Amino acid sequence: MPARKKKPHRVAIGEDLTIYHAAAQKQQFIDALAAAPEQLDIDLSGVAEIDTAGFQLLMLVKREARRLGKEARIVAHGEAVRELIEFYNVAADFGDPLLIPAHGA
Amino acid sequence: MDEITSVFVTESREQIAALESALLQLENSPGDDDTLNAIFRSAHTIKGGAGVIECSYIVAFTHVVENVLDRLREHAINADADLIALLLGCADHIGNLLGVLESGAAGPDAELAADGDALLAHLQRDWLSNEGGAGLPSVPPVLLEASGGGAVESDCWHISVRFGADVLRNGMDPLSFLRYLGSIGRIVHLETIADAMPEAADMDPETCYLGFEISFASGADKAAIERVFDFVRDDCTLNILPPHSRLSDYIALINTLPEDSMRLGEILVRIGALTQDELEDGLRQQTAVPAGGGESGEAPAVTSQPIGEILVERKVVQAELVDAAVARQKQVTEKKAAEARLIRIQADKLDRLIDLVGELVIAGASVNLLAGRTGVGELIEATSLTGRLVESIRDAALQLRMVQIGETFNRFHRVVRDTSREMGKEIELSISGGDTELDKSMVEKIGDPLMHLVRNAMDHGLELPSAREASGKAARGRLELNAFHDSGSIVIEVADDGAGLNRERILAKAVERGLVQPGQALSDAEVYTLIFEPGFSTAEKVTNISGRGVGMDVVRRNIQGLRGSVDVSSEPGKGSRFAIRLPLTLAIIDGFLVGVGNAAYVIPLDSVVECIELGADGSVRDYVNLRGEVLPLVRLRHLFGMVGEPPARQNVVVVQYAGIKSGIVVDQLMGEFQTVIKPLGNLFRNIRGIGGSTILGSGEVALILDVQALVQRCASREAQRAEGALLAAAAT
Repeated sequence: MPARKKKPHRVAIGEDLTIYHAAAQKQQFIDALAAAPEQLDIDLSGVAEIDTAGFQLLMLVKREARRLGKEARIVAHGEAVRELIEFYNVAADFGDPLLIPAHGA
Repeated sequence: MDEITSVFVTESREQIAALESALLQLENSPGDDDTLNAIFRSAHTIKGGAGVIECSYIVAFTHVVENVLDRLREHAINADADLIALLLGCADHIGNLLGVLESGAAGPDAELAADGDALLAHLQRDWLSNEGGAGLPSVPPVLLEASGGGAVESDCWHISVRFGADVLRNGMDPLSFLRYLGSIGRIVHLETIADAMPEAADMDPETCYLGFEISFASGADKAAIERVFDFVRDDCTLNILPPHSRLSDYIALINTLPEDSMRLGEILVRIGALTQDELEDGLRQQTAVPAGGGESGEAPAVTSQPIGEILVERKVVQAELVDAAVARQKQVTEKKAAEARLIRIQADKLDRLIDLVGELVIAGASVNLLAGRTGVGELIEATSLTGRLVESIRDAALQLRMVQIGETFNRFHRVVRDTSREMGKEIELSISGGDTELDKSMVEKIGDPLMHLVRNAMDHGLELPSAREASGKAARGRLELNAFHDSGSIVIEVADDGAGLNRERILAKAVERGLVQPGQALSDAEVYTLIFEPGFSTAEKVTNISGRGVGMDVVRRNIQGLRGSVDVSSEPGKGSRFAIRLPLTLAIIDGFLVGVGNAAYVIPLDSVVECIELGADGSVRDYVNLRGEVLPLVRLRHLFGMVGEPPARQNVVVVQYAGIKSGIVVDQLMGEFQTVIKPLGNLFRNIRGIGGSTILGSGEVALILDVQALVQRCASREAQRAEGALLAAAAT
């Protein structure tokens, strides 16, 4: 895309997105968002488990990005994340392309 | 019949009973909103259930009934005696339709269908067409419904939940509750609300900020849905609206939630709880009222009126209706909660349990006996503990079968109402002791005998209003149904304040039928007992209610079949009283084991008063002096024709039945014994004095004495003897 001047910043979450890591991960997201010039790519491919606390963080980073005029996108995710996002019915809100595995991989 | 259908039939029969009693209540307080709502709810539940099992003929019929009830509820028509009678007829018809469903037929037969059509036509003609509506043509009820008072279209539950801040920190994840919710129904639509979440800097990742608006399709009741959230109950704000809640309930919900009402409204529309029109309607009214006030030149007094008041002010709904809605909501919750505490199980499972407990009691007795023989102290202690537990299990198991008699009594409201109309009598039914419990199987069997007694009392006992006034009594007759426990029995009384039994006429009739010899001296009680003889009726005319002379003998036979008895007392001009006395349970009793010769007998412990030693003087006479009272004796040894010499010391067990005492002379007292009653074979049915048999721990059979028969035998022998003495005295 020619409009984009800067390369998107990328943050990858390695461990589970659960309440046990929520405090650290919140900081990670906020820092990454602050560092991102315009766009933040969130890579959740390493997340095997996510709970409501983790989900709240995703809500937070999405909203914060909007407030700052930036964009946060979930670019990669596992089955657990997809399922939760669908269960909480925010897929449309988030606007990220969700990959539906052909075989519950 | 599959399970769901049988559940539907059972529950609908309950609803019909509720409907019927509410209709009768309505007769006394026409226009009472609570009653009207209860009636409507019952009909609606039946229709809903019929829809679920796809029974179209019940749906079709109930639908029209419901329409009428709806108009009644909206006060578009008024409940008069005609309508109530018609609706009672409709309730009966629904009951018949349930019978059709139960029988597995494809649909009602022609006759029943014609009955139904006639009822519907009547409803349609008199109560549904506007001209026939009893005088309130002003506002068509349909309009009311559309403008805010009525139910919204959605047929889903609406659940609105805001989780508390500490939920996550306490290790509970809203996700698990919502997933669990999915297991009792279908989450049609869920909307996550994160408005409470502050900006990033203030956001605590371990605090929960989420709330959810859920549209939920489920057959579960409100209590079941609430139970899903039990663990976080103190930690969340939960609002549940049942399907078809009133629009105003939704508006009230919107007002109580912390989020902006416009936004919430949109959410409700999005999840399908409300339609856009319904929402706009509700919200417009909320804002329009103050504006309207301004236009008419008056400053609006209060700008933030609750929606309910606004609706009332705009005459969209009447104030009582709003109150009713609130009250109804509360009642529904309470009822649902009460229902949730009940488990329906099949009666045969219960019977099986009772049987097993019976076997356990017998086996336990055998263990007890063997342990006693060993003389090992620890073993005896252990078996006695087991014995105590078995006793508790027995009591608890029997308790399972106990039901209150009130429901049986309540059926008579309708009977009394219908019959009194038919006969032109005014009768007031008064019920007491409805919470007295007795065995379920007994409740079923006592219904018919009671019905006979009640009808007899109404037909023969109570007089016409004119006759009553002539004899100085209130025009309104009084019929009483009463139940209470009395020394191991339950007593059920049917009493009236009518004319009483006519001793002369009964006696004349008995002589005519050859039941007694002319000139035979009979006590009042003996005369009254004659009415239980087969084919005995003193009614001068046969009505279609009673008087055919079948009945009273059947009543007595049925009651005796339950090991019970029925007594009559009567006072001319004051009324008569029938007392049915039944044993509390049919299966297991506490017994008192006695021995005569080699045989063992069981006396029901409830009837035992005391035991005394028979002195030397008592061995010749048939009565003893019990602290100044004459106590007639029954010698089992003589009664059962047993051979062998009595032991040197005999004992007397003093028993009591229906207030009469007598003594049973036995050889040995062997103590308390839990007794499982085994019925005697058909061959021995007519033996008087034996109530059944049981198996002892040793495996031997012991006969259970029928105390009632023994006492009565004693009493009649006494009476004869007294009579004989009188005659002898007269002769000299």
